[in-house]
Amino acid sequence: MTVKDNNENGPPRTAPIQSATFSNPINAEIRRAAATGIYDIRGGGAKRRVPHFDDLLFLGASISRYPLEGYRERCETGVTLGTRFAKKPIHLDIPVTIAGMSFGALSGAAKEALGRGASAAGTSTTTGDGGMTEEERGHSKTLVYQYLPSRYGMNPDDLRRADAIEVVVGQGAKPGGGGMLLGQKISDRVAEMRTLPKGIDQRSACRHPDWTGPDDLEIKILELREITGWEKPIYVKVGGTRPYYDVALAVKAGADVVVLDGMQGGTAATQDVFIEHVGLPTLACIRPAVQALQDLGVHREVQLIVSGGIRSGADVAKAMALGADAVSIGTAAMVALGDNDPRWEAEYQKLGTTAGAYDDWHEGLDPAGITTQDPELQKRLDPIVAGRHLRNYLNVMTLEAQTIARACGHNNLRNLEPEDLCALTMEAAAMARVPLAGTAWWPGRDGAGF
Amino acid sequence: MQTYDLEANGLRDLNAALHDQNTETNQTRWDVINPRGSHAIAVGLDAPIEVNVKGSTGYYCAGMNKQAQVRIHGSAGPGVAENMMSGKVVIDGDASQYAGATGRGGTLVIKGNASSRCGISMKGIDNVVHGNVGHMSAFMGQSGNLVVCGDAGEALGDSIYEARLFVRGKVKSLGADCVEKEMRPEHIELLRDLLARGECDAAPEEFRRYGSARQLYNFKIDNAY
Repeated sequence: MTVKDNNENGPPRTAPIQSATFSNPINAEIRRAAATGIYDIRGGGAKRRVPHFDDLLFLGASISRYPLEGYRERCETGVTLGTRFAKKPIHLDIPVTIAGMSFGALSGAAKEALGRGASAAGTSTTTGDGGMTEEERGHSKTLVYQYLPSRYGMNPDDLRRADAIEVVVGQGAKPGGGGMLLGQKISDRVAEMRTLPKGIDQRSACRHPDWTGPDDLEIKILELREITGWEKPIYVKVGGTRPYYDVALAVKAGADVVVLDGMQGGTAATQDVFIEHVGLPTLACIRPAVQALQDLGVHREVQLIVSGGIRSGADVAKAMALGADAVSIGTAAMVALGDNDPRWEAEYQKLGTTAGAYDDWHEGLDPAGITTQDPELQKRLDPIVAGRHLRNYLNVMTLEAQTIARACGHNNLRNLEPEDLCALTMEAAAMARVPLAGTAWWPGRDGAGF
Repeated sequence: MQTYDLEANGLRDLNAALHDQNTETNQTRWDVINPRGSHAIAVGLDAPIEVNVKGSTGYYCAGMNKQAQVRIHGSAGPGVAENMMSGKVVIDGDASQYAGATGRGGTLVIKGNASSRCGISMKGIDNVVHGNVGHMSAFMGQSGNLVVCGDAGEALGDSIYEARLFVRGKVKSLGADCVEKEMRPEHIELLRDLLARGECDAAPEEFRRYGSARQLYNFKIDNAY
């Protein structure tokens, strides 16, 4: 039989093997680049697998530590931000804040929904690269006003009616990069707010126009404090690249709060190569940042907010156990509002993608009506319902984080500590500086640091 | 007239006192003595008052000004009148980098020279410089007018949007997408008004106009460096 088969089909052949290096998606991207001559632009954060909070586990209490009763014993979740210099620090009921996302990238209704959901849950929202809208100011009990290189829509009146000011130096999706809002999303209202003609691509600079370096930043912060009467907490936001030094310099420049955004943090739009190949995973950022605060004697006095890939109460608890005072969510908040919902699958298919993978937010065609300025698409988002969903999600995250904290024996989320954690992988152990599960060791434990 | 000794009484009380003024104030004239290069002098004003700073200033003097008339009887450090909304700021001497950066309104007059990035990212401010401006001036200028009675440095108006640039002297080089444009009668009239507000007696006919070729308005890969 074998001889016969060989005669009919030829000699046995090696099975086709796909290259791990030149995989089908990689080859498709090469062909796309060859055909179009332009790099891929998309929204979101890093999609590649990197060491993350999933690689950490909590060590619940047993004999050596005792736990608190779930639901029955209190576990505090509040956090006060801006205690270092601001006359009016802000108090949040939960340590999960909403990250900066611009009106322009998002619709006005989406900004309203963020404000409604965050306020109902007792936390803050943040403006973005397009100025402050009435939707978000009106619906946000606590609103953080971003001070960005582009200064689109920047004015002293909005500065004064903000509850805190966030000087944005960089973001995790594209540390060292500026931004671009394509013309499709520059409606009349967006154009007017940004003092630009309608329909043109709006570029956002990668550096601030009137300061460079930490010494200038110190003076810039002085100016912002003088203009606002030293009332507002001033945050400095950096993308995760050299967290030890950047956090130390932000502290030196006079920040009340440092916001640190890892590479899983999203953006409205930038080059895919930038998102996937520049910056550090969030997990790798936290311990060096906390180390910088501790070395300067300001851990807890200067609060640290960590963002980039926070999805659940477990992530919140892990970030806080590593030393963060609070976390910030962007992508997850959008998903809670309805982004990438399978109910719009037929329309995602028409756009050549699928629910869960849609990231061409810059094109303004979002079937979920969130990342668009199209009047018809925007109507798909009910800001009241979406706001309620965000509130629910924030509440669930908080309950989850409390569940873990109580199990570890803590009556305050802030009391979570690295000793509550172990790591599943060598990489995560090294980055989080917690022991590999079942050992008392992590790479670099007795070494020279990072 | 109020006289405030900055060296003796400090910055915080000065700005707080100036912020306390409103449209009904009788304390409309303030002299600030001994500025000695201090930063953030008279920032965030929002009242029709007149502030005379008797000496040179550090960073961000008159930053985000609204309504007020601020005169610096000396030279100004970086970012003078940054993000000005309205009113007028006059510098008798020279100005450092980023003068009038991101300004959205009002008039900035620099009697001497301005350094690099004068009018960077300007969004509606009118900026009149009696002397020269340094490199990358009006970078990404979105709106408003930059008048330069002397020469302009390299890469004038790089990546410019809709700001109008008028230069009387030489332009060392134009930045990306910045081109010379025809000086039509309406521009002469506009410039005449700008020069008058800028306390400058130059003849508008002696200037050339520069602005955006609008070739970078929508992203094309062939425009990338």
